[in-house]
Amino acid sequence: MLDVQIHKKLSHFELDVNFTAHHEIVVLFGPSGSGKTTILNCLAGLEQPDNGSIHLEGSLLFGEGKSVPVQKRKVGYLFQDYALFPHMSVEKNIWYGVLKKDRPNKREVIEQLLDVLGIQHLLRKYPHQISGGEKQRVALARALATEPSLLLLDEPLSALDEETRLQCQDELLRLHELWKGVPFLIVTHDRKEAEKLGDRILHMNYGKLIDEWKNER
Amino acid sequence: MAPSDYTPLILSLKVAAISTTIVFVTGIFFAHLFARKQFFGKSLIESFFLLPLVLPPTVVGFGLLLLFGKNGWLGKWLLEWFDVQIVFSWIGAVIASIVVSFPLMYQSAAAAFENVDGRLENAARTMGASNWRVFWTIAFPLAWPGLLAGLVLSFARGLGEFGATLMLAGYIPGKTDTIPMAIYFAVESGHMEKATFWVIIIVALGFSTITWLNWWSKRNMRRFANEKGR
Repeated sequence: MLDVQIHKKLSHFELDVNFTAHHEIVVLFGPSGSGKTTILNCLAGLEQPDNGSIHLEGSLLFGEGKSVPVQKRKVGYLFQDYALFPHMSVEKNIWYGVLKKDRPNKREVIEQLLDVLGIQHLLRKYPHQISGGEKQRVALARALATEPSLLLLDEPLSALDEETRLQCQDELLRLHELWKGVPFLIVTHDRKEAEKLGDRILHMNYGKLIDEWKNER
Repeated sequence: MAPSDYTPLILSLKVAAISTTIVFVTGIFFAHLFARKQFFGKSLIESFFLLPLVLPPTVVGFGLLLLFGKNGWLGKWLLEWFDVQIVFSWIGAVIASIVVSFPLMYQSAAAAFENVDGRLENAARTMGASNWRVFWTIAFPLAWPGLLAGLVLSFARGLGEFGATLMLAGYIPGKTDTIPMAIYFAVESGHMEKATFWVIIIVALGFSTITWLNWWSKRNMRRFANEKGR
């Protein structure tokens, strides 16, 4: 379970949020500039809250004067434009986060990811040689290859055309079914997308949670 | 026309190679250290780094002489403790070369690291990569075109260094006579043929270096444009 209490002063407003996420898809929905990405960055350890606490699966990631470094948080992060390493093949991108000594044990997990996402045929290609939808799948595989305890997705579908977007939404839901033990925290400014993907939707504005509802899918 | 003694060529290549190696490592170190950090005094430090670009070489040489001369702050210490004399030695030529070529390496490396997308480095960190691994697997390879440009320019600058070298290392045939030095003193003593020979050598070296760099960077620009356009 993820338990978040974050307080952080931003340039135009104060970010002040409390929420929990179980093994479900939680969507942070709100207009651009409402502090959604800052929350993801705080959870990943890329930014520090001014105060508050972050617990993941019972461990303290931030709070009580302690901050676990980003490398040790076991938090997968899918960035808005995917941030695939342009000088590495798809295969190298996916294996990047897996330590050499763990590689034999992880082969099965990664094979499964490649099958589920249908990207086996892309392994030798480079990021500039694949489409937007394929990039999104590769980035997902890369983030899940490290077997994180939490997956953060920052506007994961915003760079895609309508058709690919709908297809990738279904894929995300299917993927979560398979990795049910991992909470997915998705940021989006698109209400339709939020309602399609989220088990729970947290509506944000100016750094505050203004509404929350469950999705009856 | 060719002189019988090729010491200037060998010495110039030795001085430029050693100074470029040192400048490559230190330039990358400081450029990477400063690339993503904003702190009080950063622009002052950077101005100090780049100062040799705008100062006359004689001023740089004068400063180095004050520092490394027999009675200089560092020179005295080096002589007393390590029995190493910097003035009138090829090491002096290396130091002069380092000081004048460092700004070129620093500038190229700083621009190259600033162009590396910080999100890629963050993505690597979220996958557990240490800062050292992030540097070697992400920042360094992505900044490589800029780093290589800095390397080549520093080498060319080190090869052509004259003013500061003359003031610190002096002109001792067989010991500190780099090609630019040999040209100057050949002209001084009326040996125009010898001077012409070394001029041709250094022009050829400089020209081939710059031509190669131009060709290489254009090829990379084209490849980059193609990749972006896909």
